[in-house]
Amino acid sequence: MFESLSDKLQAVFNKLGKRGILREEDVKAVLREIRLALLEADVNYKVVKDFIDRVREDAVGAELSKALNPAQQVVKIVHQELMITLGEPGRLELRGHAPYILMLVGLQGSGKTTMVGKLARHLRATGHFPLMVAADTYRPAAITQLEVLGRQLNIPVYSDHGKTRPPDICVNALEDARKRGSDVVLLDTAGRLQLDDDMMAELEAIRSRVRPIEVLLVADAMTGQEAVNIAQGFHERVGLTGLILTKVDGDARGGAAISMRAVTGVPIKFLGTGEKLGALEPFHPDRLASRILGMGDMLSLIERAELAFDEAQAEEMERKLRKGEFDLEDFLEQLRQVRRMGPLDELLKMIPGVGKMLQGADLDKVEAEKNLKYVEAMILSMTKEERRNPRILNASRKRRIAAGSGTTVQQINQLLGQHRQMQKMLKQVKEGKLRGLPRLF
Amino acid sequence: MKGIFESLRKTRNAVFGQIANLFGAGEIDENTWDELESLLIQGDVGVETTLALIGKLRARIKEEGVYRAADLNRIVYEEILALLPEAPPLNLKWPLAVILIVGVNGSGKTTSIGKLAAHYRREGRKVVLAAADTFRAAAMDQLKVWGERAGVPVIDGPEGGDPSSVAYDAIEYAQSRKADMLIVDTAGRLHTQHNLMAEMEKIQRIIARRVAWAPHETFLVLDANTGQNGLIQAQQFLKAVKVSGIVLAKLDSSARGGMVLSIGHQLNLPVRYVGTGEKIEDMAPFDREAFVKGLLEQ
Repeated sequence: MFESLSDKLQAVFNKLGKRGILREEDVKAVLREIRLALLEADVNYKVVKDFIDRVREDAVGAELSKALNPAQQVVKIVHQELMITLGEPGRLELRGHAPYILMLVGLQGSGKTTMVGKLARHLRATGHFPLMVAADTYRPAAITQLEVLGRQLNIPVYSDHGKTRPPDICVNALEDARKRGSDVVLLDTAGRLQLDDDMMAELEAIRSRVRPIEVLLVADAMTGQEAVNIAQGFHERVGLTGLILTKVDGDARGGAAISMRAVTGVPIKFLGTGEKLGALEPFHPDRLASRILGMGDMLSLIERAELAFDEAQAEEMERKLRKGEFDLEDFLEQLRQVRRMGPLDELLKMIPGVGKMLQGADLDKVEAEKNLKYVEAMILSMTKEERRNPRILNASRKRRIAAGSGTTVQQINQLLGQHRQMQKMLKQVKEGKLRGLPRLF
Repeated sequence: MKGIFESLRKTRNAVFGQIANLFGAGEIDENTWDELESLLIQGDVGVETTLALIGKLRARIKEEGVYRAADLNRIVYEEILALLPEAPPLNLKWPLAVILIVGVNGSGKTTSIGKLAAHYRREGRKVVLAAADTFRAAAMDQLKVWGERAGVPVIDGPEGGDPSSVAYDAIEYAQSRKADMLIVDTAGRLHTQHNLMAEMEKIQRIIARRVAWAPHETFLVLDANTGQNGLIQAQQFLKAVKVSGIVLAKLDSSARGGMVLSIGHQLNLPVRYVGTGEKIEDMAPFDREAFVKGLLEQ
């Protein structure tokens, strides 16, 4: 569905042919593609308008570089402008006297309660003693949800089970925090519409009574054009200090982030990237800009690889590779490391260009995952001896392994072929004449 | 249908309502089309559907030689209406009708189920709810509260347990109590999570094995604030389970809901219900003509 902006721009420039001169209508066509790409990414219409004006100014004055083709140049300008609009990543501002009060606000279903849990976990890991406060007395079981999270995280939760109004709950929670020696207090407020006057008045009451150091708007990355009004509405009534974007692990482009940042001017502080309580990431403007433009996310990929790989293991692997001792046992370990980085299709999508190639290729993704599982099963069905020395695999051993792993002898031969190819390549690396990489998947 | 009109009033004034004004004033020129494009996109209708719609309108106006504002408004109404597929009657006339509810996290599944349970109960059905969201903390408790409000029993399972077995237990319970409707809540999942989509397929399979032709309806709950990702969500959920309709949740005063036009246009998926507030009666069957009139009325 989505082509990357650079592909679309390339198509425009291809039409220019060898003429090489940009006429006004060419510039118009280019700006139109940028505009549509941003609108498809859910950036607000008015925000897009201002943005296009700025890009036009930049593009007109820009010197033509010989190193980049025109499409790349325009994409670079757009990318830079996006990064400027997205702004510097924000940090939690824990200044002044403890306890520091963090208040989370937002629409229903944006992910506030889960985010309170994630922030509490993050703060605990960085040496703080958080207290989570259940101030959502409206949504059924919201208090229970926070209590369950508290038990999972082993972090205290303050609630009075709806005996008093949310502003009183928050004031009483401060007293509780002082008694417990908590230095950070996270207020989980009920979801509400920015147009709901009574509910917004309640937030104002909480704000004026407990004076939070941070008021964070938690917003769904999938939000459409309304993002601007949501952010503006909350900002006008309670004065935001930061934005948190949730459900970023989906495939929404996240253009709402630009809209919200543009109208409020407050920094984006965190991204929620999954259902697990550890799925919290600091905000990187360059990555989000790339994502909005559909340019892949190499940096995230690299970071994931770093997280998944164990340094000691990597050294051991390197030693083996150098000696050319890469047996099936190592092959299995490699596979597992790749799998630890996440689902294959997700990894592939992060590589620029591949995302587009994968469109409509869902079956293959699942197929590739399945193949990995078969390979794992086959190797696990071998004896240690066989894994270390696959040459001893005769027909009868292969039949046994096929039966044990639910595969066929053909599949085993395929795997052995791949392994041989890999060893051959390793030899070439040793001899310094590496050419193509073998097809693993 | 008053509910939908009410909830659309602000949207209308803010966005779509201006469409009527647009054609009221003087000649139609390029600016008119640009303005229309901007209004549709600001209503979350999406680039592709917006361009298709404008293309159609231009062609018709040229063909039919239309210049009167009133005629233009009629054509706009007709063409927007044509984007929304007409829904066949609900497939719920079974001894035990099973409805599966799916959607991304926070879209409003549990609240919608509470409202649906009350709605069907008012229609005289004997409803049972299955709390098959065993994943999110306290999700089952949340559904139980809604069950109490609607006055219907809720079957749950152990936290972190197998959602399919909750669905299984709920079917047994419903059959033994001679209930004639079962609504199954599922955990929120992003359509990019293969394993969770597979889990959902399994729930569907278990239901199909126990009740003939079930689930009879599968509703995808969409947050009316969702932008262009709504279309992708619908596409991906359709691949995993037999989604038969949309429940448009949180269509409160400011939400746009324009993406149902592109979902209708591109996937031919009907909207079944519209949810507006947090009260149990805040839900109405979707009426496409009322919806589009609501969008365009001045």
